[in-house]
Amino acid sequence: MFYRENGQFKTSYAADQQIFTIAQDKWFVWGLIAFAALAVPMLADEYMFRAILIPFLVLSLAALGVNLLVGYCGQITLGAGAFMAIGAYAAYNFMVRIDGMPLVLAMLLGGVSAAAFGILFGIPSLRVRGLYLAVATLAAQFLCDWAFLRIGWFTNNSSSGSVSVAKLEMLGWAIDSPTEKYLFCLAFVVVFAFIGKNLTRAAIGRQWMAIRDMDVAAEVIGIRPMFAKLSAFAVSSFFVGVAGALWGFVHLGSWEPAAFSVDRSFQLLFMVIIGGMGSIMGSFFGAAFIVILPIFLNQFLPLLGSLVGVTVSTAGISHAELIIFGSLIIFFLIVEPHGLARLWSIAKQKLRLWPFPH
Amino acid sequence: MKFRTLALAAAIASVGLSSAVFSPAASAQAQEQFFPVLVGRTGPVAPNAVPWANGYVDYLKLINAQGGINGVKLSYEECEFGYATDRGVECYERLKGKGATVFQPLSTGLTFALTDKAPVDKIPLITAGYGRSESQDGSVFTWNFPLLGTYWVAADVAIQHVANQLGGLDKLKGKKIALVYHDSPYGKEPIPVLQERAKLHGFDLQLLPVTAPGVEQKSTWLQVRRDRPDYLLLWGWGVMTSTSIKEAQATGYPREKMLGIWWAGAEPDVKDVGAGAKGYSALALQHGAEPNSKVVKDMLAMVHDKGQGTGPKDEVGSVLYMRGLISAMLGVEGVRQAQERYGKGKVMTGEQVRWGLENLNLDQAKLDAMGFAGVMRPVQTSCTDHMGSSWVRVHTWDGSKWAFSSDWYQADDKVLRPMVLEAASKYAAEKNIQRRTAEQCAQ
Repeated sequence: MFYRENGQFKTSYAADQQIFTIAQDKWFVWGLIAFAALAVPMLADEYMFRAILIPFLVLSLAALGVNLLVGYCGQITLGAGAFMAIGAYAAYNFMVRIDGMPLVLAMLLGGVSAAAFGILFGIPSLRVRGLYLAVATLAAQFLCDWAFLRIGWFTNNSSSGSVSVAKLEMLGWAIDSPTEKYLFCLAFVVVFAFIGKNLTRAAIGRQWMAIRDMDVAAEVIGIRPMFAKLSAFAVSSFFVGVAGALWGFVHLGSWEPAAFSVDRSFQLLFMVIIGGMGSIMGSFFGAAFIVILPIFLNQFLPLLGSLVGVTVSTAGISHAELIIFGSLIIFFLIVEPHGLARLWSIAKQKLRLWPFPH
Repeated sequence: MKFRTLALAAAIASVGLSSAVFSPAASAQAQEQFFPVLVGRTGPVAPNAVPWANGYVDYLKLINAQGGINGVKLSYEECEFGYATDRGVECYERLKGKGATVFQPLSTGLTFALTDKAPVDKIPLITAGYGRSESQDGSVFTWNFPLLGTYWVAADVAIQHVANQLGGLDKLKGKKIALVYHDSPYGKEPIPVLQERAKLHGFDLQLLPVTAPGVEQKSTWLQVRRDRPDYLLLWGWGVMTSTSIKEAQATGYPREKMLGIWWAGAEPDVKDVGAGAKGYSALALQHGAEPNSKVVKDMLAMVHDKGQGTGPKDEVGSVLYMRGLISAMLGVEGVRQAQERYGKGKVMTGEQVRWGLENLNLDQAKLDAMGFAGVMRPVQTSCTDHMGSSWVRVHTWDGSKWAFSSDWYQADDKVLRPMVLEAASKYAAEKNIQRRTAEQCAQ
């Protein structure tokens, strides 16, 4: 009744090429952004910002980057954690070694460094596919783990191997309260989500999808696999690198290589698979599922226990959290192998016919 | 149909989530001093972290059974983080909102992450025997309290002990000492001191990292077999330590030449190896296994015999149980000291507890009265010294229990103090912190 495009006529090519062709979608997204930027800062408390919203936003951005590569270009990667690490450490080094380096520029340069390494580690994708490629990208993960642990230069010779950043500041705006940090991350995520969305609608995104669907056919119709694959690696690593810089600078403030271990790579890949491959929205769903659900379970189970008069031990909660989380992953993969984003689009489809389904 | 149930489930979950998250977190009772407990009851460090957590919580129960701190009862809540820094930060934020006034992070990586948050939130951090070593300098690290020693103290004493075994510091020249360490900020902490000492005495230091969590160490021990170091220091944590000792057994490296840090010197590390670990020694930052101390007897009588004990009864008094217990005691005494100044019988704030910890003075009489006679030596902190004590003993596994095998050592301030000051000054310069002056200290 409310969600249908009847009566919305497109009278120009520009109108036809909008990101959101249905007006309701457009209003929904703008509303969501406005809610996140204006209402959330007033509603949420410090815990919400620091423990849930900031990690969620940063990992959404990383998942978005991985989704561009895995979901849109069909190149499986297990090196996302490494590219986050490169982004974070590169941004750190730009900040430490160059006086007066602006924060945002350092982060973007961190992303550029990650992109350069992304291209380097994307080269095997020209020859190998599928699981073999996943194993090849795993090399990036181990190389970075090793380099950031062992080479003192990257950590500015910190004796413990842990680096920390000084106060965050942008154009005289000191980013220190949780709300400001949240807004800073939100700005990054909104901008990058739009860039990502537009890239996937543009010629380059179509090339990626053609390569994903069948690379021989894509080559026959004139798409250069080398350019398409390496550009996907570069763009994806850039996104992931910027997310890594945000994770280190804004969320953790001080970190060691373990923050970007192979677990992080798996986590990001799971976000993409659960959220929905080849969907920008799916990256957010996946990040929400993986970041928020364990924390929610961890807090919800004791409440549930106290309702029925059972005190659950701390270890018990942790174990239950893993069991339930794992079962939910399996459940969602069985009932909806295309990810949570598919559920979202089914819901929209149903809403179009509601309340008179035929 | 399927979709409807899914949608319903999602709706219920989201309502539950928002109520759980948006509900006012500050629900701590007004008249109770809230102690957050960060624990690692699951994961690779669980064997060692579980007794620590049990000791910690038991001591809080004991204080409550004795009537609280000048009548102020203690409340506590555990949060499981499994030695993962990002989950630890989440726990910190969660428990902070419930009125926490002192945190004990139980992880070096997490200590690094929280060191920057503590001054903003005005909550002191106690890292009893661990944490970042330069935080001993309280004039820079206002909110960090590495009470009862740091890894630098431990490393310094380790070299003193080795020299003692060899018959003097001059005998170290030309010797080979290996450090097998957990490859994390924790394992890397002692390296600067060992390097300094190596330069000083002319011994050869070999660094052999073990990738966390440390169940795979074959290549490390091949290096040990090849190089045959004269002594081997073990900076292990959780499952890593017992693996190391088993590997040493397999390699034929004498356990008598191995010296572990206190995390690697407890019952869970050697119990499974049993007689194979006989002769293995570890640094005890003050205490070891203390089943006969008065505080343990009190604990058994007032908590465990009433059926309120947290862990198994036979673990009460074991090495890491005592570590947790003493860590809790230091927090409680910080609050008690704060009450001396800010009003007895009142709930203290984070800032007040910080003052209490900075002016802690546990002399022998107080320790004896609390039942810690023979367990530890007096602790006195000040503005410039947030560590309070640098006494260390060595204890050795005799196949069935830990027993002390050395006299008390004290870390050499001539070596450590310049390093602490230098590292703290570097941190202050990086973070743009002004060192506190004498007047600011007196406040």
